[in-house]
Amino acid sequence: MTELILDQGPLIPRNRAIHPVPYDPDYKTSVSRSPNLPLLSMESSPSEETGPTFGHNKLGALDNNLILNWTKGAAPAVGERILMHGRVLDEMGRPVPNTLIEIWQANAGGRYRHKKDTYFAPLDPNFGGCGRTITDENGSYEFLTVRPGAYPWPNRANDWRPMHIHISVYGHSFGQRLITQMYFEGDPLIDHCPIAATIKDRSQLDRLVAPLDFSRSRPLDFLAYKFDIVLRGRRQTMFENKLEGM
Amino acid sequence: MVQKLDTLQETPSQTAGPYVHIGLMPTYAGNGGYYEEEIGTTPFLDESNAKGEIIEITGSVFDGTGWAMRDALIESWQCDAAGVFPGSEGADPAFTGHCRFAADAESGEFTLRTVKPGSYKGRGGVESAPYISLWVVARGINIGLNTRIYFEDEDNDDDPLLKRIEQRPRVNTLIAKKTSGGKYRFDIRLQGQDETVFLDL
Ligand SMILES: [Fe+3]
Repeated sequence: MTELILDQGPLIPRNRAIHPVPYDPDYKTSVSRSPNLPLLSMESSPSEETGPTFGHNKLGALDNNLILNWTKGAAPAVGERILMHGRVLDEMGRPVPNTLIEIWQANAGGRYRHKKDTYFAPLDPNFGGCGRTITDENGSYEFLTVRPGAYPWPNRANDWRPMHIHISVYGHSFGQRLITQMYFEGDPLIDHCPIAATIKDRSQLDRLVAPLDFSRSRPLDFLAYKFDIVLRGRRQTMFENKLEGM
Repeated sequence: MVQKLDTLQETPSQTAGPYVHIGLMPTYAGNGGYYEEEIGTTPFLDESNAKGEIIEITGSVFDGTGWAMRDALIESWQCDAAGVFPGSEGADPAFTGHCRFAADAESGEFTLRTVKPGSYKGRGGVESAPYISLWVVARGINIGLNTRIYFEDEDNDDDPLLKRIEQRPRVNTLIAKKTSGGKYRFDIRLQGQDETVFLDL
């Protein structure tokens, strides 16, 4: 008897046109850090279609609360309190549950708690600047944090980063690995930022700008911003009652 | 107008920036103790019980000027010594297959301590030579770079990916050189002479 089974095949090839260009003279560091030669393109293999998994047991109760996690709950961070929330989906529109999301950001004054950040803005003794969580069965996640400050950086003579939160996501396979940044609706610095401008299609950059979301804002407490993330999907293949060789 | 596709597009990448370590390797960034358990500090759950040969791979990530970058962060993913990917049935329970490591802020050198991977059969029964997958991010890298480490003391002749490299001398950029028992050297060059083969798969 022949039975048709729907299974996941290789990863859908990455559409590099939506991504930033690797080489961009306006982002000076990229000039010597972008490959000159073409990438070698191939169909994904098991090493891209599998990936590490992380259990909830690795995470602490305050890991997704950046207002409290640096002081282990002893004192809140300074700044405008915000909820960052959204869903992780794949290109087929399916939720990606149980995947690790990590974020890091500057404090409300625009200073990172990193040994190499020497900006004038003071460190907030109550703010560490990183958090992590695992998506639920619907692919949803949330972080409580403070709005990061914009900050100047050495590039062209007077470049500033818009307010942003760095985001790292795993998905379920190593080929889905992604790092990106969330920007905030209405920030005038987005249009002047050479890192944002490495994405040449403006409609793609707009996908990194989180809208203000009053539906999730809590009165007299925090504002909310929504940021959905889409990871690469896998081709669905129909085949007859045997597994494609893996 | 044609019908609309109901598929979504991947979220665009952005550079990991100069402070990526605060998010992914807090201890390296000077914030030790931030999390009770940091992720990916070693690919071992139980090194003394892991099957296979334990190896160390040392190298640097060089920019186009030949400078060993001090701020590169790398992740690795691999199968176990028997060629089984962690998470699959029969995989070595002492091994996670995943590690995060960074170039040293002084020397610019990284070291990955792991097990030597086995070979496995992929689609169509084609056997791959043993390799470790890498993903490199840093300030100035706008989308993470994928590459692989193969080993000079293995038979790499029939590996399906290495066979696809037209300019045969470039195959060497993916092969770790043995320096002594269990120790290898693997450098990554983002540009210029001997630019590493980076992958899109
Ligand atoms: Fe930043």
